Amino acid sequence: MSVDTETVRRVARLARIAVSGEEAEALKGELNTILGFVEQLNEVDVTGVEAMTAVVATAMKKRTDVVTEGDRAEAVTANAPVREGHFFVVPKVVE
Amino acid sequence: MTDLTELTISGIRDGLSKKAFTATELTQAYLANMEKARALNAYVFETPEKALAMAAESDKRVAAGEARALEGVPLGIKDLFCTEGIHSQAGSHILDGFKPPYESTVTANLWAAGAIMLGKLNMDEFAMGSSNETSYYGPVVNPWRSEGSNAKLVPGGSSGGSAAAVSARLCAGATATDTGGSIRQPAAFTGTVGIKPTYGRCSRWGVVAFASSLDQAGPIARDVRDAAILMKSMASVDAKDTTSVDIAVPDYEKAIGQSVRGLKIGIPKEYRVDGMPPEIERLWQAGRDWLREAGADLVDITLPHTKYALPAYYIVAPAEASSNLARYDGVRYGLRVPGDDIVSMYEETRAAGFGKEVKRRILIGTYVLSAGYYDAYYLRAQKVRTLIKRDFETVFADGVDAILTPATPSAAFGLEAMATASPIEMYLNDIFTVTVNMAGLPGIAVPAGLTGDGLPLGLQLIGRPFDEEMLFRTAHVIEQAAGRFQPKQWW
Repeated sequence: MSVDTETVRRVARLARIAVSGEEAEALKGELNTILGFVEQLNEVDVTGVEAMTAVVATAMKKRTDVVTEGDRAEAVTANAPVREGHFFVVPKVVE
Repeated sequence: MTDLTELTISGIRDGLSKKAFTATELTQAYLANMEKARALNAYVFETPEKALAMAAESDKRVAAGEARALEGVPLGIKDLFCTEGIHSQAGSHILDGFKPPYESTVTANLWAAGAIMLGKLNMDEFAMGSSNETSYYGPVVNPWRSEGSNAKLVPGGSSGGSAAAVSARLCAGATATDTGGSIRQPAAFTGTVGIKPTYGRCSRWGVVAFASSLDQAGPIARDVRDAAILMKSMASVDAKDTTSVDIAVPDYEKAIGQSVRGLKIGIPKEYRVDGMPPEIERLWQAGRDWLREAGADLVDITLPHTKYALPAYYIVAPAEASSNLARYDGVRYGLRVPGDDIVSMYEETRAAGFGKEVKRRILIGTYVLSAGYYDAYYLRAQKVRTLIKRDFETVFADGVDAILTPATPSAAFGLEAMATASPIEMYLNDIFTVTVNMAGLPGIAVPAGLTGDGLPLGLQLIGRPFDEEMLFRTAHVIEQAAGRFQPKQWW
């Protein structure tokens, strides 16, 4: 499978990364090189093989449903590039 | 007084207990080395005041006869680890100004054991790279140079700052992380010891995520014993990481010096790759000879799916990265570039904040996870991973105790030497290390010799899940035979 510039633009849009026309062109070549490289996995017969989920078989851990470190609004919002009090500020999303 | 920064961690432990020097003197010696070595660009953020305050506390503890496991040991911390209130930016522009309100479990364990923080170490952006050239803070320079040459070499990556700092005596040991070879490849390039433990051995809590099913923290150290000492404190069972495995942490240091007589060491034929330099082949042969002379039995083994590890990795790792890095949106932390609406704010922030390699991997990851491609790429790669893991399980079931391979396909290369290469050529650096991450196994890189040009080369040992002790035991035999390697100071 190979990608064209339009696909690169679509994927970049999905990934929320702005790309210029020049960048999209360069990325097209790079992505096709990588996709060409991973193509060899099609040689492998994976019929009946389960996808790997863990190194050693382990039961999924479940923590108790309790607040462990609650009430830290100041710490949570302290790194925000734009905030008002304990709120994150974003461009208007609702008309 | 001898140069304190020449001491290993075990040497520091002995010296402090005999009151031969203080933790403060030791820390000052390291801070002085760091100041002289800025040309290497190993540190992105130095914490001298914190270091001296921690050293003062260590000196009190030593005086009171209450020294802990790593009392007074000055360490460098890879910038991927969150350190409370201190620069933690994963080598990226997008995390500009980020000061975590919490401490990673691994670093918290180290401080609880009495270690001292010297600063944060440079790395490839989000741990994506094999040369430390993708860092927003510029490349790290390898303290090693080819004989008779002044050309700058890369230290490997992504833990290039960690490896360079340990090698150049800018810390007694360092934390590092390994997703596809990021501890073992830079260790091999700098003549240091690096171990990637079994997935689940060190908590990932507070470590900036790259590819969650592969990422694992481990130490880079001067020698095998120091790596074992650091591992003991870094590893833990952690309720904050659901992939942390409930197995008690053994005293790894006890494995050092244990005989390897009668152990079965597997030599996988698939690691003899086309175009492998004769020096690497000779090094591998030397490793086999040393282990045999020490009484181990060498057996030829086959790991038939080895060649598929790297292509499978370049689906799994970017896919997980694209998901993990979705959080950098200009809202909660780090860089923000204004836009006309929220989507353009996201797009402009991420365009400005991520470097080229990171963008490339996010796009590959987004593509392979997008509608219609998930089964063909990600699911298939995860199934191939099962087969890679099964290869190892088969040889371990046959009684193989550890597997010996080269650590890297070459010695350190020149800075910018790969600038015009395709991404795949750079990715091939991890060809011997990446299978270990895919299978979740532990692997150690130990220095084993020098090239004709005087550059260090390493061997890798791969073990059963949670049998890091076997790696320390076997790597120590190689270290005893090969000796230790230190760069000549030019900086």
